[in-house]
Amino acid sequence: MPQISLVSKNFQYPDQVELQAALSRGAWEQWKRVLAEKIPPAAIIEEVKAAKLRGQGGAGFPTGVKWGFVPKDSPKPKYLCVNADEGEPGTFKDRAILENDPHLMLEGVAITCYAVGIHTAFVYMRGEFYQPQRVMEKAIREATEAGLLGKNIQGSGFDLDVIVHMGAGAYICGEETALLNSLEGWKGWPRLKPPFPAVVGAFGCPTVINNVETMAGVPHIMRLGAAEFQKLGTEKDGGTKLFAISGHVAKPGVYEMTMGSSLKELIYDVAGGLPGGRRLKAVIPGGSSAPVLKADEIDVPLEFEAMAAAGTMLGSGAVIVLDETVSIPEVFMVTARFYAHESCGQCTQCREGCTWIYKISKKILAGHGQPSDLDLMLDLADNMNGKTVCPLGAAMALPTIGFLKKFPHEFLALMKS
Amino acid sequence: MLQFSDATRQQALALIEKYPRKSAAIIPLLHLAQKEFGWISEEAELAVAQLLDVPVVSVREVSGFYFMFHKHPPGRYHLQVCHNISCSLLGAETILDWIREHLGIESGQTTPDGLFSVERMECLACCDRAPAMLINDELHVHLTRDKLAALVEERRRQAPPPEPHPTDNHESMET
Ligand SMILES: Cc1cc2nc3c(=O)[nH]c(=O)nc-3n(C[C@H](O)[C@H](O)[C@H](O)COP(=O)(O)O)c2cc1C
Ligand code: SF4
Ligand code: FES
Repeated sequence: MPQISLVSKNFQYPDQVELQAALSRGAWEQWKRVLAEKIPPAAIIEEVKAAKLRGQGGAGFPTGVKWGFVPKDSPKPKYLCVNADEGEPGTFKDRAILENDPHLMLEGVAITCYAVGIHTAFVYMRGEFYQPQRVMEKAIREATEAGLLGKNIQGSGFDLDVIVHMGAGAYICGEETALLNSLEGWKGWPRLKPPFPAVVGAFGCPTVINNVETMAGVPHIMRLGAAEFQKLGTEKDGGTKLFAISGHVAKPGVYEMTMGSSLKELIYDVAGGLPGGRRLKAVIPGGSSAPVLKADEIDVPLEFEAMAAAGTMLGSGAVIVLDETVSIPEVFMVTARFYAHESCGQCTQCREGCTWIYKISKKILAGHGQPSDLDLMLDLADNMNGKTVCPLGAAMALPTIGFLKKFPHEFLALMKS
Repeated sequence: MLQFSDATRQQALALIEKYPRKSAAIIPLLHLAQKEFGWISEEAELAVAQLLDVPVVSVREVSGFYFMFHKHPPGRYHLQVCHNISCSLLGAETILDWIREHLGIESGQTTPDGLFSVERMECLACCDRAPAMLINDELHVHLTRDKLAALVEERRRQAPPPEPHPTDNHESMET
């Protein structure tokens, strides 16, 4: 069975959010061991590299490699920003960690900060995460009182402050450089790269930005060792991944799978298939910015490279299942409405392109479309694909190309002649 | 001029301390201001700017960019209904229809008694429990028209007698 419990192991216990209960199940043990055995920071970075842990926020960048980019001899302070802005439509796996096992994430944060030489970590959480905020703030308080965070942790001389910083309703702030601007108190406009945040990040200082789930993997690497952890996945993608599956499935929810399990297995064996005996039409496999797959294209391994080879992406691991009753032009309009609403407005192609595509998709739904509208939308998509400050332009372009190329007949059927 | 209560002021000063730069506290302070005053008026922006010793435009730019900061007073119960993919597959529009039929308001509007306002929301990151909405800071999931009717009725009963409300209905993004 491809299903496995590692990161999600303790989600089943309602008291896991309490420090004492979490400790009784092994929380914070790896952090205490790191400090007691004075494991060299460089050794931890090597371990995370060897474990082949990849970023779980969407881009899949190797985590240990990213940490290695942070200059070691910088006179400036360094920061960690945990990306808890989870806003990609269809994604709800970070909420599961934040609400069910905050100490697992915090232990990962502590080990990461120690490895990179960081004394202040910000958890940038989307503003609507009221419950995750309550849970996380309490967990930080309890961990600090127990001497696991704060000053001179466990007598080691190592200090670490963890600060929860709430956003205020802007999807774009999940993009790492928009997140930095937002944290600094500006509007969430992405920055041009380079410089990369590892060198010039928060407040002009070297900064590591990692997703919540990425952080939650770190204590498991320390517990299992790199080799064991890597073997749970594939050669290039170590460990496991949380998949969030929703839409037309019998058992929507968060499921942890070994890397490389198949999308088909996830939908039919794990999430119970489609309810009411209805047939599958399509699957959006990696959050709303991933190009759609048709029903006969879903026998793909859930792994970054294989999904890319199938013309789509693993993204944030958010799978949305569409049954035969779904109108593709309607789903497309909802997608375009989202990106039009969330474009930060900084680049003309993205600001205008998302809005135009949304307006045209509405016009087609209202029965006023014409076949040339499809070409116009593809042209707009092409104009913003990879030609903007941040990848949000591509996040609108790719699903546009996917929906229009795979289901043109559904759009044409709405046109009069 | 609008003043923060002493308690909020203390909280604000403690927040500012946490950051290496004062301006980083703009969003946290706007959250505090919204909690205290219900929405972000120009006076509230000024109060935040003064506490932080930054120009008011810096605050205004931020409050204008972020969706959660209300530029008009919302209803006592602010309904934010997710209309993104998974929720719309499972009936988000029927939830919005119910609100239109029974409360007479569309996204961006407030009932004349000031009790309820409604806004369309993007994905709330709980798509497995669609359709979903927030009522103020509470998440409600697996919504049906009946469940919504009960939630609204319950809040009507809880609410103190209505006070006149500076209703200012404005257009937000329409479908
Ligand atoms: C428009 C946009 C939105 C994003 N939203 C998120 C998000 O909500 N959470 C997240 O972890 N990463 C998000 N990312 C990816 C981040 O930019 C970044 O790659 C990630 O936080 C790095 O962490 P990781 O290496 O652990 O994945 C987003 C990227 C883009 C372009
Ligand atoms: S691509 Fe869009 S969201 Fe990204 S910076 Fe440009 S305008 Fe903003
Ligand atoms: S689509 Fe409604 S919560 Fe995600």
